[in-house]
Amino acid sequence: MHVTSPQFKQNADRAMADVGLQTALARTQAGFPARRAAAVAALPEFEALREAGKQIKDHSLAHLDFYLDTFAANVERAGGRIHWCATAEAARDAALAICQEAGARTATKGKSMISEEIGLNDFLAANGVTPVETDLGEYILQLRHEPPSHIIAPAFHLNRADWEASFRAAHRDLPADRVFSERRDILAEARARLRAQFLAADVGITGANFLVAETGSSVLVTNEGNGDLTQTLPRVHIVLASIEKVVPTLEDATTLLRLLARSATGQDASVYTTFSTGARRPADPDGPAAYHVVLLDNGRSAMVGTEFQDMLRCIRCAACMNHCPVYGTVGGHSYGWVYPGPMGSVLTPSLIGVDQAGQLPNASTFCGKCESVCPVKIPLPNLMRHWREREFERHLTPATLRRNLALWAWFARRPAAYRLATRAGAAVLGILGRRRGRLAYLPLAGGWTEGRDLPAPEGDTFFARHARAERQRVGG
Amino acid sequence: MSRDAILGGIRRGLRRGPLPEDQAMALRARLAAHPRHLLPARTRLPRPALIEQFAGYLQREFATLARVTAAGDVPGAVADYLAAENLAPVLVMAPHPALRALAWSQQPRLTIREGRAEATDVIGLQHGYAGVAETGTLMLPGGPERPTTLNLLCETEIVVLRASRIVGAYEEAWDLLRAEGGGGMLPRNVMFVTGPSRSADIESVLELGAHGPRRLHVVLIEDDPAARD
Ligand code: SF4
Repeated sequence: MHVTSPQFKQNADRAMADVGLQTALARTQAGFPARRAAAVAALPEFEALREAGKQIKDHSLAHLDFYLDTFAANVERAGGRIHWCATAEAARDAALAICQEAGARTATKGKSMISEEIGLNDFLAANGVTPVETDLGEYILQLRHEPPSHIIAPAFHLNRADWEASFRAAHRDLPADRVFSERRDILAEARARLRAQFLAADVGITGANFLVAETGSSVLVTNEGNGDLTQTLPRVHIVLASIEKVVPTLEDATTLLRLLARSATGQDASVYTTFSTGARRPADPDGPAAYHVVLLDNGRSAMVGTEFQDMLRCIRCAACMNHCPVYGTVGGHSYGWVYPGPMGSVLTPSLIGVDQAGQLPNASTFCGKCESVCPVKIPLPNLMRHWREREFERHLTPATLRRNLALWAWFARRPAAYRLATRAGAAVLGILGRRRGRLAYLPLAGGWTEGRDLPAPEGDTFFARHARAERQRVGG
Repeated sequence: MSRDAILGGIRRGLRRGPLPEDQAMALRARLAAHPRHLLPARTRLPRPALIEQFAGYLQREFATLARVTAAGDVPGAVADYLAAENLAPVLVMAPHPALRALAWSQQPRLTIREGRAEATDVIGLQHGYAGVAETGTLMLPGGPERPTTLNLLCETEIVVLRASRIVGAYEEAWDLLRAEGGGGMLPRNVMFVTGPSRSADIESVLELGAHGPRRLHVVLIEDDPAARD
């Protein structure tokens, strides 16, 4: 996904002048907190459950290697396959390879933030597999070529007129004079369109809210049922999940589920909470014949053991953005990448670098509302403060930025020199990092490595690996 | 390989190597014991109150409910519901022994096929494995006797549930499945369903009938002696 986080201020200016967005924000920033408050008030144990949820996630993260291995072993015991992916590229490649192996032409998709994070749709489409988003909100965003603006209500920023216009433009085979007198008519048209897609798809791709080590299950929570149709009807089910999603047992997942729906939509439980374990069994009348879990790291393991480890507790409920005065003013797109609001301001610099996202931790009034509603008690304002201090220490001034960019641009315009330099660089880094497997100092990026370690490349460049993979593909 | 790189990265962050065997044993013991956390008080009610709570939450979440005193009354209740809703009495039914044993022949109005749901099926009849009173939720583990497609493809889903199978907390539902399910492996698919399918993606207003069933109807057999006064 194209990153516009460095233009946060310009994005925010534009958002504040966008009348449609401001209407939508006024609607949701009142509705979500009221519904959450009612659900919390109806469960006297909610505060105690927050503490239990925090402890479950802390325990899981303190033994993440053990629980991931246990999860992987149990997935395989249940007839599934695990694909360990250190980077977004690796995860895209893994998903595409599974689709190609299945001879897939279309893949239906449940809503997945990981899919957005790795830019899967464009990649699949460029490689001959048509992705079809089936969550109603994601579906219209795909029609409009827009990114989501909220992690659980991806198209909240659109108004009814936008829906009508997009459907009329996209569904040209339907009568042009049809009337959308109610929201229900829009929903019915989407349902009919997507039903055909569900039945035709060769592969279904979903995210996961949790992974359960004990049973090797992925857990998916939806209200529409699209995620379940996606993971039940096609021959192949691919789960995209990041490593911090794993918890030990069904009981641990259950406690977190008590927090998730209440914090997210104010429901006691979402309509569908589904535990999927491996492939269809021999006597089963339905379900996919193959089950794959694409397990993504993409910078998360580097957060373990740092002050940002707390962020890995996040269960993506969106309460922090629903209660944030900054998000409530500028909306989700202003943040410029996949994850908006307070959780995005902390997570995005970890995942794409503070050089890209350094402005986001400043997008806070430090009112503390986000932390007070977070179901797993993530100290979001403190973590934003950490990023601000780091940015200050690193003296990330426009002058150094310009210098580094100029250097990169020089290489980028000269592909041969770029390849040569990265190959030499990767070899050197491989040697430097071999002792610890991680680099605490990186030439030309002193500022970046002051605050974080860079995982050492395995002595190879992307180009070289890509070329080798190409040869292997051609060879057999 | 990537697995080693990822696990190695985590271990460096945790400042240790692979977990020492004594600690790994403690974690395996935790997995085997799968301890419960706090159970909300609403899961600890006496059975009559628990069943009423289940019925209340189920209907609050836009499902409908018919209560019958004996299993023999189920076919009539199903036929009555379809007639009242003006739905054609053609069903696809889960091939579950408890459903097959019912006296469907007494309801000549009904046309019934057994099996998984297909795209053309309009009304599905599912066997309820358990009910969870804390949220008014149905637990529906998939398998030969309980096809998952029956929870998803039909516009109307009817679920037959015994009141004696209503538990307070999800943890108790898991324990039922652990005790009764085969060989320590979960079924491919365990669904918890709370009301009919819905979406609030259009202007944050709730609409029922997104991609799954528009109607969810539960026929509850009051077979629980402890639940009667
Ligand atoms: S940071 Fe907390 S409140 Fe925000 S999405 Fe994550 S879990 Fe929810």
